[in-house]
Amino acid sequence: MFGKLSLDSIPYHEPIIMVTAAVIGIVGALVVGLITYYRKWGYLWTEWVTSIDHKKIGVMYFLVALVMLIRGFADAIMMRSQQALAAGGAEGFLPPHHYDQIFTAHGVIMIFFVAMPMVIGLMNLVVPLQIGARDVAFPFMNNLSFWLFAAGMILVNVSLVVGEFAKTGWLAYAPLSELQYSPDVGVDYWIWALQLSGIGTTLTGINFFVTILKMRTQGMTLFRMPIFTWTALCTNVLIILSFPILTATIAMLTLDRYLGMHFFTNDMGGSQMMYVNLIWAWGHPEVYILILPAFGVFSEVIATFTKKRLFGYKTMVWATAAITVLSFIVWLHHFFTMGAGANVNAFFGIMTMIIAIPTGVKIFNWLFTMYRGRIQFTTPVLWTIGFIITFTLGGMTGVMLAVPGANFVLHNSLFVIAHFHNVIIGGVVFGMMAGFTYWFPKAFGFTLSEKWGKRSFWCWLVGFYLAFMPLYALSFFGAMRRMQSYEQTEWQPLMIVAWFGAVVIAMGIACIVIQLIVSIRDREKNRDLTGDPWDGRTLEWSTSSPPPNYNFAYLPKVDSIDSYWEMKQQPGGFKRELATKFEDVHMPKNTAEGPILSLFSLFFGFALIWHIWWLVGLGAIGMFVTFMFRIFNKDTDYHVSAAEVEKTEREYHKRLEMQA
Amino acid sequence: MSDIHTSHDGASHGSYKSYTIGLVLSIVLTLIAFGVVMTGSFSLPVMMVTVVVTAVIQVLVQLILFMHLNTKAEGGWNVISFVFTIGILTLIVGGSLWIMHNIHVNMMLG
Repeated sequence: MFGKLSLDSIPYHEPIIMVTAAVIGIVGALVVGLITYYRKWGYLWTEWVTSIDHKKIGVMYFLVALVMLIRGFADAIMMRSQQALAAGGAEGFLPPHHYDQIFTAHGVIMIFFVAMPMVIGLMNLVVPLQIGARDVAFPFMNNLSFWLFAAGMILVNVSLVVGEFAKTGWLAYAPLSELQYSPDVGVDYWIWALQLSGIGTTLTGINFFVTILKMRTQGMTLFRMPIFTWTALCTNVLIILSFPILTATIAMLTLDRYLGMHFFTNDMGGSQMMYVNLIWAWGHPEVYILILPAFGVFSEVIATFTKKRLFGYKTMVWATAAITVLSFIVWLHHFFTMGAGANVNAFFGIMTMIIAIPTGVKIFNWLFTMYRGRIQFTTPVLWTIGFIITFTLGGMTGVMLAVPGANFVLHNSLFVIAHFHNVIIGGVVFGMMAGFTYWFPKAFGFTLSEKWGKRSFWCWLVGFYLAFMPLYALSFFGAMRRMQSYEQTEWQPLMIVAWFGAVVIAMGIACIVIQLIVSIRDREKNRDLTGDPWDGRTLEWSTSSPPPNYNFAYLPKVDSIDSYWEMKQQPGGFKRELATKFEDVHMPKNTAEGPILSLFSLFFGFALIWHIWWLVGLGAIGMFVTFMFRIFNKDTDYHVSAAEVEKTEREYHKRLEMQA
Repeated sequence: MSDIHTSHDGASHGSYKSYTIGLVLSIVLTLIAFGVVMTGSFSLPVMMVTVVVTAVIQVLVQLILFMHLNTKAEGGWNVISFVFTIGILTLIVGGSLWIMHNIHVNMMLG
């Protein structure tokens, strides 16, 4: 009846897991209770769950990412605590089978369920507004993408309490991830969580690629697009081309595990090296999927707060395009030591070093934009400057790793850990926090507390250096990654410093939470009525905050880069005048099909993990029927009447006049 | 948004003539490939080259004449995307073959 699932699957004997589950249960019950008490279930369902509004989907992505950041960080601090304790024969508090799950979950969560939703969330919120569109190309698909991603996220979290997670490392290298060595459900959780959210990501990639190419407003040629939109376009190209590799690779691993096939097994002609090759053919573009939009955020932030047009717009675009192509010919640098030989290693080593050139171009573009600009040291600018310094350091250690000879020494050591946290925290996290602070007022109509934002930045910056610089040093003494315990007591002091760094980062995360609470409390004081709190340059600032669901009453016309800024520089400036005549606006309708289909996909995935075959069938049929229902549903759009548009716009202008 | 009722892709939908040419070409190409193998009077390399060449031409015929891939529709984006995708596929597949070949040679597998 329940396949492999039984009451014994719940790890009662693990106090850490049980306490965590209890806390999650209490907080969850509290949230459910509050929603019920304030009778908000209907509001949540109609305004958020079924919403196809790209702005709301963006907010939901970012919210999930922030919650998962806390989950992923909890794993991180447990690892740092374990390594701070488990020296010279001490066992620490995490047994190996638990420690292995934690480092796997940390990697999977931070990449797939924190960094990816932050990037996709910002794209959702910003890209349609920047190109002057009213929605994305496929609004239903956008909602479906989010809920498929959410289903994957739920599976990862269920694995905490029901059964276990993979003990293989975040990429589940074969043959360790094969049935022979990982007979438990951990790898199956990994498989289905990644498949569901991966399909969501692929759909998002297609959606935004088409949106950017087809839905730009009048006059918005490609070379007038804001840089963030450019980086989003390149990221979506990378998603479309690389995520199918991930899906196919995991599908082959699934066939090995479920149907006894031999793609990546040790015997019967399987090749575990092919698994490593394929997973990195996806994995390397993936890191650029994450970093390119962060580059876009910094470009927008720096141009806005220095009050200058971005230095070298075209070189920025071409550097982005060059990185997009180059990111497909460097993947072997993740497995120099696998034995492809000197010729292959030399080629991929040189290609990797070449990527530093377009990235360097970007760094200089940002520096030259700041040069002789009137820099306002707001929170997003602090994140940007912190990024430039930290990311440059991380880039340099990356070039060191790209030297095949050096890589044989550094491979699998803490040097690798220090390097990629250096670029992912210093690049992606700082970028997403800059974007979060920068575009938050666009989404909600009030600015975030600068005081707590700056505190968060300083905690993250100092915490990062304290946590990861010791790891570079430790790697030279021979410390490897993924150590549950170690003999050398002389490593312990630096491990304790790294632990303290993680504590400082925890304070940074706490500051973000406090920043949100304080800002929501003071929202009336920080209200932004104009829709343009930073004196911005691009189209998203030309509409109200939060924008109406149709974004623009009239689609704007564009005749230059930073056209909104140019409009403001005209004699007399940009006037937010009320139009005299309004038109009906054609909009997509909210739909429940996305969340319902994803709920069935969640059953489907969960059932496959536990071999509950009847539920697999139910989930599959449910998904198919819901999808057919959607296909034959003709009632998918409506017109916002001219009268309603006029009413919304009049209210906005009334607020503007009252402020003036 | 307002152009929902009009044709929005600007792509050619083909003509009677182009479909006829496409049909004839694809039948001829299939017959050539089939014939080369069935007659059995050609050497293996000749057969393989002929089959591969006719297959590639077949793909192009179908893409251009049936799927209307051309440089004008969508401002040339169809062709750009197509060529870019082929390029990346070549890099990944070719790169993987190169890597795996070297690994097999160096590691003395199989």
